[in-house]
Amino acid sequence: MRKKTLEREIAEREYVSRSQGQMIWRAFRKHRLGNIGTVIVLILIVTVVFAEFVAPYPYAKQFRPYPFSPPSRLHFRSADGFSLRPFVYKTTRGFDPETYQPSFVEDTSKKYYIRFFVRGSEYRMLGLFKTNVHLFGVRAEDGSEAQLFLFGSDGFGRDLFTRTMIGGRISLAVGPLVILFAFPFAIVIGGLSGYYGGGIDMFMQRFGEVFMAIPALPILLAAGAALASLGLSAAQVFLGIIIALALISWAGVARVVRGQVLAIREMEFVIAAKAAGSSDLRIILRHIVPNVTSYLVVAATLTIPGMMLTEAALSFLGYGIREPMTSWGQLLNAATNISGIEEHPWLLIPGAFIVIAVLAFNFMGDALRDAVDPFSIV
Amino acid sequence: MWGMACSPCPTPSCLETRISQVTSYIVRRTLYMLPLLVIVSLISFALIQLMPGDYLTRSRLNPDITQETFDEMAARYGLDKPFVTQYWLWLKGIVTRGDFGTSFETKLPVFFTLFMGNRLLWTLVITGSTMLITWLFAIPLGIYSATHQYKASDHTLTFFGFLGLSIPNFFFALVVLWILVALLRVGNYGLGIGGLFDNRFIDAPWSLAKLGNFLWHIWPAWLVIGTSGMAGLLRYMRGSLLDTLSLQYVQTARAKGLTERVVIYKHAVRNAINPLVSILGLTLPNLVAGSIVTAIILNLPTVGRAYFTALQMQDQYVIMGGLLFFSLFLLIGNLIADILLAWVDPRIRYD
Repeated sequence: MRKKTLEREIAEREYVSRSQGQMIWRAFRKHRLGNIGTVIVLILIVTVVFAEFVAPYPYAKQFRPYPFSPPSRLHFRSADGFSLRPFVYKTTRGFDPETYQPSFVEDTSKKYYIRFFVRGSEYRMLGLFKTNVHLFGVRAEDGSEAQLFLFGSDGFGRDLFTRTMIGGRISLAVGPLVILFAFPFAIVIGGLSGYYGGGIDMFMQRFGEVFMAIPALPILLAAGAALASLGLSAAQVFLGIIIALALISWAGVARVVRGQVLAIREMEFVIAAKAAGSSDLRIILRHIVPNVTSYLVVAATLTIPGMMLTEAALSFLGYGIREPMTSWGQLLNAATNISGIEEHPWLLIPGAFIVIAVLAFNFMGDALRDAVDPFSIV
Repeated sequence: MWGMACSPCPTPSCLETRISQVTSYIVRRTLYMLPLLVIVSLISFALIQLMPGDYLTRSRLNPDITQETFDEMAARYGLDKPFVTQYWLWLKGIVTRGDFGTSFETKLPVFFTLFMGNRLLWTLVITGSTMLITWLFAIPLGIYSATHQYKASDHTLTFFGFLGLSIPNFFFALVVLWILVALLRVGNYGLGIGGLFDNRFIDAPWSLAKLGNFLWHIWPAWLVIGTSGMAGLLRYMRGSLLDTLSLQYVQTARAKGLTERVVIYKHAVRNAINPLVSILGLTLPNLVAGSIVTAIILNLPTVGRAYFTALQMQDQYVIMGGLLFFSLFLLIGNLIADILLAWVDPRIRYD
């Protein structure tokens, strides 16, 4: 009886054929850390895209009375009892009479509740339309204002939370922008090199080796120093850093593309296409490119974290992103010396975002690589 | 090619051919480095020329430099001449006199400025010891990870490996400093942070106490620089061992009734470790680069730190000399990697 149902079940089970894309997707879904990484990456991207909305203040706004203000303490409990809605107190800056260290004293007479969708400074949402609604802000019953520094403030009294949100935009944009510059170049050079071989291959290989003989971080630092001393605008420096990173990283990608193309070129379906009289262009576009694409997606995902780390290091050392632009690495530039960190440890918070973002990208790339692996040639 | 003929037991004549092949390979590769270095020098020279305020104008403003020194230097480096001539004179100085130029800040030769105070030695000690420690941890952990595939411990190791990979060196160094100084307040126990020694040990002769002090100062560097390379090595060892464990000869060894210990350590690990040897040479340049940022924060006297100081001072000849040094280091690392790879895998040919 039981045996029969089992047989029937097997007979009735549907066998579906899956495309390569579907199989990659299924394999990708199985990689738990990779999925978590992807979700974090998506959350970070959405957050920084809507950074002005998420952040309570304009990122350059200086609250002069509050330099190096520690993160605002969120209260739930007061003399009148417990409130589910957190609130902050207004703080006043004073000096500790014993240590002469600046200290912040909370004025507990008035509560400022955290409210969602409050109206604040005006900005352009996605650069499309003007609005002044922010995700959250503090407001007392009578409408008077207090400052909310979730991550504390920097030496100019600028809100570190706001700056971290806005800075994330640059930090997250660096990787994709470098890929945008480097990959087309790497694909064309690596592709030509692998497909045609011979003299072209020889020349391109030697050309690439020059770039691989350049020590990345030292030359990037020198390039950053040169860019910084040319009196360019922050946006031009940013573009310069992107181009420098692209120049340093294209050769490695080109080399692997070459290897892939070289292997695919010898495969039966390419030989068949050639025998059928296909032109070189058709073979490259219809037969080789689709087979390299999955590799390129993986390579791109795995390039992003490296670029983020390099940009962060450059900006931290003062040779990358410069004011008035900001990035996570640039924000850490304020925390270069140990006495500064000891007194204002909250300045390290942007660094946690670098770690989270890079980790998420690494997991995502690792999952993608595993998912694509059974089909790739290497 | 010689691998095929020589493999099971190399005869003396065969060994001779092998050695001569290796020697000619190394000579060829070393010669090939020269044009690469020349191109790198050209790129760095061009980059430095972009910086405003050249050597000439800066020297003139400096009251320490007399008119004679100034004229002498201007003539030697052709500072008033066009770009090509300047580059040519600089290159000629390096080749004929071993003269990389003079530091604007220290007024000493570049070579001395970059390497003085045992900087080269300390750079090698710090990177070398970091590499050793990374390997000492990564290999056993990789073996453990592979033999416990998909278990919780494997996932944990992978996670921490990736975490180490994802923490920027400079941020990790800052966090370590913060924990030591602000949270643990190690200063209260008479322990200093940064540099290689506490002040009282700097000029003291080597003793056990000094060595202990050195270890106390160096471990943050090991931790910070080491963790960034750990994940790659661990994953690589894990993957390589898993590949080997699926091979037939391992199955045979198990079928013979050998203990799992012998199968893993005598049969599998020995072969799985081979491909890793080539990584040795490739990680070396990365360690040197990775140590730049860490050395700046932890105040370690390395070449990278001297290079960074030169950058801040816009000390042009020192910057160019530093770039050449790092480039040479990179090329030597690649060469070592290729030689080691060919050494462990006889199928690779030296031509």
